[in-house]
Amino acid sequence: MSDTDEKLEVALFVTCLVDINRPSVGFAAVKLLEQTGCKVSVPDTQTCCGQPAFNSGDRRTTKQIATNVIKAFKGYRYVVAPSGSCAGMITKHYPELFSDDPDMLLEAQDLASRSHELISFLKDVRGFEAKDVKFEKKLTYHDSCANLREMKVVDQPRALLEGVGDLELIEAEDREACCGFGGTFCIKYSEISEEMVDRKIENLLATGADTLAAGDLGCLMNIAGRLYRKGHTMKVLHIAEILAGMGNAPGIGEGRH
Amino acid sequence: MTGREKILGRIRAQKKRGALPADQQDLIAARIAKHEHNLIPKRGQIPLKEQMDLFQLKMEVLLATVERVKEAADIPKAVQSYLAHHNLPTRIKISPSERLTDLPWSDIPTLEIVTGVGAEEDEVGMSPAFAGIAETGTLMMASGAETPSTVNFLPENHIAVLNAKDLTGSYEQAWDALRLATKDSGIPRTVNFISGPSRTADIEQRLIMGAHGPKSLHVILVGDGT
Amino acid sequence: MQVTSRKFKENSHKAMQDENLRAALGRVKQGFTTARSVAASELPEFEDLRDKARDIKDEVLENLDYYLEYFDEKVTASGGHVHWCSSAKDAREAILKICRDVDAKTVTKGKSMITEEIALNKFLASEGIEPIETDLGEYIIQLADEPPSHIIGPAVHKTKEQVTELFYEHHQQYGYTEREEDPEKLVGEARAVLRHKYVTADVGITGANFLVAETGSTVIVTNEGNGDLTQSLPKTHIVVASLEKVIPTLEDVSTVMRVLARSATGQEMSVYTTFSTGPKRDDDIDGPENFHVILLDGGRSEMIGTELQELLRCIRCGACMNHCPVYHAVGGHSYGWVYPGPIGAAINPQMVGLEEARHLPNASTFCGRCEEVCPVRIPLPKILRHWREEAFEKQIAPKPERWGIELWGFFAKRPALYRLATRAAVKLLSLMAGKKGRLKSLPFGKGWTSVRDLPAPQGATFMEQWQKKQKREG
Repeated sequence: MSDTDEKLEVALFVTCLVDINRPSVGFAAVKLLEQTGCKVSVPDTQTCCGQPAFNSGDRRTTKQIATNVIKAFKGYRYVVAPSGSCAGMITKHYPELFSDDPDMLLEAQDLASRSHELISFLKDVRGFEAKDVKFEKKLTYHDSCANLREMKVVDQPRALLEGVGDLELIEAEDREACCGFGGTFCIKYSEISEEMVDRKIENLLATGADTLAAGDLGCLMNIAGRLYRKGHTMKVLHIAEILAGMGNAPGIGEGRH
Repeated sequence: MTGREKILGRIRAQKKRGALPADQQDLIAARIAKHEHNLIPKRGQIPLKEQMDLFQLKMEVLLATVERVKEAADIPKAVQSYLAHHNLPTRIKISPSERLTDLPWSDIPTLEIVTGVGAEEDEVGMSPAFAGIAETGTLMMASGAETPSTVNFLPENHIAVLNAKDLTGSYEQAWDALRLATKDSGIPRTVNFISGPSRTADIEQRLIMGAHGPKSLHVILVGDGT
Repeated sequence: MQVTSRKFKENSHKAMQDENLRAALGRVKQGFTTARSVAASELPEFEDLRDKARDIKDEVLENLDYYLEYFDEKVTASGGHVHWCSSAKDAREAILKICRDVDAKTVTKGKSMITEEIALNKFLASEGIEPIETDLGEYIIQLADEPPSHIIGPAVHKTKEQVTELFYEHHQQYGYTEREEDPEKLVGEARAVLRHKYVTADVGITGANFLVAETGSTVIVTNEGNGDLTQSLPKTHIVVASLEKVIPTLEDVSTVMRVLARSATGQEMSVYTTFSTGPKRDDDIDGPENFHVILLDGGRSEMIGTELQELLRCIRCGACMNHCPVYHAVGGHSYGWVYPGPIGAAINPQMVGLEEARHLPNASTFCGRCEEVCPVRIPLPKILRHWREEAFEKQIAPKPERWGIELWGFFAKRPALYRLATRAAVKLLSLMAGKKGRLKSLPFGKGWTSVRDLPAPQGATFMEQWQKKQKREG
């Protein structure tokens, strides 16, 4: 672990889905960041990264939300999000949004340069290893498209999971295929989304794993929701929960124990 | 306004300019005239002997066959044994090229040699390649008075003769050679790059050979380039 | 062809019920994606070549007017003719005139997406000229009277059994009276039937993968050899190509060729790549006597200088659809016009209008795999998003969708209100779910719950819990 002598100030971008649906992922992220010697702040004017508007073609609203995020996270050395999708929005798309506004562009680029997806931040920037954690499960890992292609966070989660005691990682077929979430896509084109998530589930179940993890809550809610609908019992968790030693709590959609 | 003026006008309006200024036109014309090679894969940039091996390997992967002979005079005999081995007819349509017509066919009286363009009834066609490209196992066939391109396509079985000295590492080197050879006449009407025999996967993605062009391709590689 | 993009949802619903189609799409996914990745990995320079191919196309598009004039000059110098056609109608008429001039009765055709775009076959037939598709896949769908469902495998949606029936029905006139089931023999049958057509056709029409400015050559890439027979046997060869196909030099074509087949079928090189320049030379003993190039604009010039210009880099390899999870689910016909998959979703709104094609750019998860495999690096997701923005601005997107986003945006822009709203929503949802942890249905969330349960919120928002925790810890 690096920088233990000097606490590093990190702002957590909670993400709207974690905020609303699964706060435990946020607390897992805080715990992990603190374990690597960070002091975590949670700016309270954050809401969402703006993707629902961005992907619906509402550029004006997207820019307003992005402006708000840029303001809320000004001045922090690092900004970390437990989601490849939101981190991708901030690091790749915010600068695009302001390409015609030089002042905001600088601000957006500045934020982008400080922002990271959680798992890659833990591994690459903080040198984290999950050596004190045990999780006795057969686990398969789903690559969200944003982590896979936009953020290139592919090896880091695997490396960290390898370090978890008693955990067996089993890779699924067709890892590069999208799970069919796609934000508003899964609602607007639910039938196509169903077809896609079914193919994903087929490959995940074929691994024989009892637990599924990923780095994006959107995919996880989609896959977990469909698994339940089809009567399967695979446990679904955000990877941060496992790494933080919180993997034994109820999985996504599992209810209270 | 002609169609040409309309289209050019729209492109220029979109680019918010008129025709390119003369100096820019000259720059592009010079770029075209230069024939500069772009990035060429390293795999073909090897000594001729290795290029011969690479060419053969690639052709075989493409389900063509390659046979090496020492000199041109060995070709008729090689052809005869190839045809016999594959149970093919002994009538061969050959391109009216001296590279083929001057071969010692009379040594093999069982072969019936017919000269001309490819025809519907031809079962075996034979033509000389202008060049070979080791990079992907590709033949370059150039059409001309002595090299009708139909011989490459209509017969069910195609035999191509390639001189080892005409083997190059890349498409670009083959183009250089062709430009040099045709600098007075200009590019031939038809230049075919051929990489293996005809095939289709249009029925349930199953690979089936001989869709429209030849079902088999046999390359006779002549000499060792010296 | 009849545009049915408006019915994308209905089309895709129907497609997903079709078991034959599902099997076929499974083969596309398996076969093409694996082959591409092997081919790419076996050429160390592949990624650099993609950059170079992109740069070559970009340079052409910057100076397209010049390159087109250069190309025209070279075609004319080699004895051919270029017909500049603004619209599909202009192109059809130019082709008809050429056919009439040689009194054509039958026309053989190599595979050409542009002739699909201008609906040439129906037009020629209506003028009493018989068009005969010679690419096996195109021939199959011509017999079935269907449009192609994939740009490089037009009949990927057809099963062997369907081909058996089509050939049985249409080949009796040639003496094939048995139902043939062996694919190899089916191919043999088509070969024999078409062989004679090549020799007797008056005109051969091919498309073009490239137009070479340097030499005035047109280039076709095939595996079957049908395009070569189509263009070398009839007296007249007509090439139908759109204007963005022009490439400066033979060297540049060589570069782009290296990424084309690898991206398309995973071959290093297609079997036949043929460069045709003008009509036959005086002393040539075969080849066509007349050579015409139909240069189609068809809405493309208006894309120059806009966000859509990058689409004109497309070399029609099909990699984007081969790797697209939506295409894998719904197949090509669902898109409702000539170009399916991500490239279709990006270009069809320009060609048939955004109102008609509104669904196509929306039916994407932005998974990004298309851009990842595109040999000329077209930013397809970015262009799909551009269409969504245009639909939103022009109020083409349906009202409930727009209102939903605006309502959500109203809160998302006001953190304090947003906190209150999310707190309330979370309480309500977790109450509704009870101990079970998930919801089976939701009054305003049918889009979600028709397919999946909704995992219920854990109880209180993160922000709420975090603030309490901060207070506690002082």
